[in-house]
Amino acid sequence: MRYSFRAGAAAIITAAALLATGCSTPANSPEAGGSGSGTPVELTYWAWAPNLEKVVDIWNQKNPDIHVTVNKQDGGDPAVTKLLTAIKAGSGAPDLIQAEYQKIPTLVSADALADLSGTAAGGTKDSFPAGVWDSVTLGGDALYAVPQDTGPVVFYYRADIFENLGLSVPTTWDEYAAAAKTIHDADPSQFLGTFSSNDAGWFTAMSQQAGASWWGVDGDAWSVNIDKEPTQKVANYWGGLVESGVIDNQPMYTPAWNTGLNTGKQVGWLSAAWGPGVLSGNAESTAGKWKVAPMPQWDASKPATGNWGGSSTAVTTQSKNVEAAAKFATWLNTDPEAIKALVTETGIYPADSAGAKSALTAPPAFFSNQPDFYDVIAKAAATVSNFTYGPNVNVAFSAYNDEFAKAAQSKKQSDFAKAVSNMQTITTDDLKKTGFTVK
Amino acid sequence: MSTATMSTKEKPSVVSTGILLLGALYCLFPIIWVVAAASKDSSQLFSTFTLAPSTHLWDNIVDLTQYRDGLFWRWMMNTALYAGVGAILSTWVSALSGYVLAKFDFPGKSGVFKVLLMGVLVPGVILAIPQYLMLAQVGLTNTYWSVLLPQIISPYGIYLARIYAAAAVPNDVIEAARTEGAKELYIFNRIAVPMMLPGLVTIFLFQFVAVWNNFMLPYIMLGNDQLFPITVGLNGLLNQGATAPAMYTLVLAGALLSIIPLILLFLLLQRYWRVDLAAGAVKA
Repeated sequence: MRYSFRAGAAAIITAAALLATGCSTPANSPEAGGSGSGTPVELTYWAWAPNLEKVVDIWNQKNPDIHVTVNKQDGGDPAVTKLLTAIKAGSGAPDLIQAEYQKIPTLVSADALADLSGTAAGGTKDSFPAGVWDSVTLGGDALYAVPQDTGPVVFYYRADIFENLGLSVPTTWDEYAAAAKTIHDADPSQFLGTFSSNDAGWFTAMSQQAGASWWGVDGDAWSVNIDKEPTQKVANYWGGLVESGVIDNQPMYTPAWNTGLNTGKQVGWLSAAWGPGVLSGNAESTAGKWKVAPMPQWDASKPATGNWGGSSTAVTTQSKNVEAAAKFATWLNTDPEAIKALVTETGIYPADSAGAKSALTAPPAFFSNQPDFYDVIAKAAATVSNFTYGPNVNVAFSAYNDEFAKAAQSKKQSDFAKAVSNMQTITTDDLKKTGFTVK
Repeated sequence: MSTATMSTKEKPSVVSTGILLLGALYCLFPIIWVVAAASKDSSQLFSTFTLAPSTHLWDNIVDLTQYRDGLFWRWMMNTALYAGVGAILSTWVSALSGYVLAKFDFPGKSGVFKVLLMGVLVPGVILAIPQYLMLAQVGLTNTYWSVLLPQIISPYGIYLARIYAAAAVPNDVIEAARTEGAKELYIFNRIAVPMMLPGLVTIFLFQFVAVWNNFMLPYIMLGNDQLFPITVGLNGLLNQGATAPAMYTLVLAGALLSIIPLILLFLLLQRYWRVDLAAGAVKA
């Protein structure tokens, strides 16, 4: 009993100490949205790009009247889920949010994003490629976000292994298939790539290049166009490669795949402009052995590119300072100094075409062997095909994960085609069920 | 008592010792794995033998400490706050409610107790969203309170406290105190709580571990990473988005550091726990 008393007393003292330190902290951190006269406008910004707060610090130093606080998020999906919950609850949303392009229709249909067309951000149209601008306006008059970065897809490959085998870089998908076979035949543990049933964004980019646009909007009615010729062509192509075994069927971003990049089992990677960050993190020991080339083409005379990832800066409908938030979003994504800082601190590929050109002069350290790295990327960015996202991208993407996981496991080309039509059915049914008019 | 005297004479059974050793191995294996993995750098992590330790533990801890100006340690402090303060408050509320349910008669008592038992059966995870919506109405989401308040009421803790109060606090003592003119709250604080303390240590530990490991509630409630507990913070390091690689080495070092306080707590409070078991055996 004596011991118990002492333990209790000690615990209470500790608790009191913790309470004292803990409860004094929130008072120091700025409250969201509250701005009186004379005090600076306080904005909160939910974002997940690494080191973004360092770029925001530049803004805060230059603009004492508008203070932005970054709240780091766990990536795009959790941030959007949280935002939608806060919008439904009526409070708790930030002023600004980093929103991936494919999330914008979902957020707009939940009435989560403020229209910025009448603010400072309205005049930024000419800074961005037309396809990117389309995805933040949804083809209408309203403006829902300022584009930040894009992810034009390119082909990363191990130049040393290609050279040893006497292979040239594939420029068409037929050549890609042939190269995949040569590499796998020479060393059965090596693959030129993998079909990732975990990365719907990757498959979207492949389909986008082939000319697919999975959703369409006509007045108030949506259409779902997944089960069409372009996507079927892409699914059949990858299904054939997986069935013959020359391409791996394991998802990307797994520990096994990370190791594969590092040990040379994964000889190539179809990925976006942000790829060097992943490669330098996962495959440190292979620095200087990789090169970048444009995506292999379906029709070499009409080069096209898909887009994987990329995001924008949006202002939420719960913000009390839309004007100030739009001013900040415009600066962050179009001011040369901000873009330069975004490139060096966060490693993104800027959506602002002129900004990208002036900020990206030297290749990333991982690709120091290829001085024209960003020329390749810029050319790819200029040929990105149009693509429309719908309000239930999350449903289509999780249908992709479920259906293509089965197909990748069975390794049958026919199952890949089936997965595409299942995606179409699931996505259309969900759109109807949630009350949208579907053509 | 009889089992204790018997076992001193018997030789230890090979079979049961073997089963216990297997059990211990089963429980310790993940910890050994974390220790080994936390000592590797990123190039060794997925390539060298799983359980072979390396020499980079200190480097990983330094990297983790430097991550965004020591944010990891802030998460540790937050977790200590949520778990420490949350468990103390929850234990006190549980003790008070359990004592009242055990020692007082009032209309609707059995109804309250039945609702409580039903509460034990409802997993805390499914309450996180309703709690978010309620706290959003009073503007408390994304604050320390949003994680602390929902964890103060623990139906299971109240249920345990009721059983302890019924067993550990004799009615005669309460009657005697009342006869002496003591107020009810005074009786509870000065007489009942000391008698229940061994049981309350159990409730405290139980709640502390539950809050320490809680993920869903802070994950939903908090948007500001300065308020994150360790669980949500480390999860964030693994999900940097597709454009940045997951920080496996930092997460492993963080996981290793985050279990140390729990191990210390158990080792330090172990003897009170033993007192509790012995006391329970005598009284029952």
